[in-house]
Amino acid sequence: MSQTFTLDGLSIPFTEGETIIQAATRAGVFIPHLCYHPEFKPHGSCKLCTVKVNGRHTASCTLRAAAGMVVENNTEELNAERRALTQMLFVEGNHFCPSCEKSGHCQLQATAYHLGMMSPHYDHFFPDRPVDASHPEVLLDFNRCILCSLCVRASRDVDGKNVFALSGRGIRTQLIVNAKSGRLADTDFTVDDKAAHICPVGVILKKRRGFAVPIGERPYDRAPLSETALAEAVSAREEGA
Amino acid sequence: MNTTAPRKLKVATTSLAGCFGCHMSFLDIDERLFALLEHIEFDRSPLTDIKSVSPDCDIGIVEGGLCNAENVHVLREFRKQCKVLIAIGACAINGGLPAQRNHLPLPVILEEVYHTSPGLANGLIPNDPELPLPLNQVHPIHEVVKVDYFIPGCPPSGDAIWKVLSDLLAGREPELGHGLLHYD
Repeated sequence: MSQTFTLDGLSIPFTEGETIIQAATRAGVFIPHLCYHPEFKPHGSCKLCTVKVNGRHTASCTLRAAAGMVVENNTEELNAERRALTQMLFVEGNHFCPSCEKSGHCQLQATAYHLGMMSPHYDHFFPDRPVDASHPEVLLDFNRCILCSLCVRASRDVDGKNVFALSGRGIRTQLIVNAKSGRLADTDFTVDDKAAHICPVGVILKKRRGFAVPIGERPYDRAPLSETALAEAVSAREEGA
Repeated sequence: MNTTAPRKLKVATTSLAGCFGCHMSFLDIDERLFALLEHIEFDRSPLTDIKSVSPDCDIGIVEGGLCNAENVHVLREFRKQCKVLIAIGACAINGGLPAQRNHLPLPVILEEVYHTSPGLANGLIPNDPELPLPLNQVHPIHEVVKVDYFIPGCPPSGDAIWKVLSDLLAGREPELGHGLLHYD
């Protein structure tokens, strides 16, 4: 690991084939992200992890590190762009944190805290997105979907089931369930699937577990996202070692 | 030697489509209210029962979103009369609980509440001309007027409100860090 690039002035070592976000996380530097997950192939869609490499914007989850790169991450300019993207996600869906049981361990909410988002800024869409409560053990609340595709990737790549897909284009893109009826109950989805545990927001929820952890004791009450994400990365690395 | 005390800042508050929880949190700043009252005086507010905002008001604090025509009227009065406007709480900032009616057509809601629900004597939809007309959807206040500062939360804690007000009084840009910035 003799090759390095610089990230906000720090020298970051990397191995051949590693992406910028992988090397940064291992070095203890947090880059905000929503659709990236260390266990899955990058999707590169949310653009929250955008950094500047040699002066040009690029997604740090898809670009492989190269020796001598000059990368900017934690700058006011990039954080303002990330904040605007986060605000757009909030107004495109229906994100009512006080009545969401994922509140306090929601990555979208914690990202917004991290970026100092004080308001949604834009006009709300207030879309009509009915919930799917057909499955006996799992509830789908599409109001909170941010189209990160983690459930799609988990169901396809780990569970081997292809229960979920993204359908449509542009603003009409939506998460769909792969059954003729479109209902989760009519698939072979189970609560033990990887896809049942991967949603970073409150779309895929286990039934009868609501509000199990009291306010004040939830993960992002205890520590901000930047610390939690890096601690999780360290613990995943130790488990894998 | 000039012994004249500096003029106290005038602060107006109101609750539009909200539950008054943010005002209760305001009272939760507890004994610091005494320190605050050395620097501010309340203008129009549910705490004073003054009915209109003074034209030289310094800070307006608005709880709740916009669910009817009167809410819009009051909000515009606040924006016109107050130098600084603060949106407080989830309802003012993203519509909150009342906005969860937004995917339902208003006639369907009125029908359900006044015609279908059990227990109402005549089942008439209220139509007294003094009643403000409901809006088709509930909206956060920044969609209608410019808002200068936001204090998120449902409700925000007394500490968060105190932090923003004391920052403003000290001439600092208000900032809420981890633990004070909450959407729930």
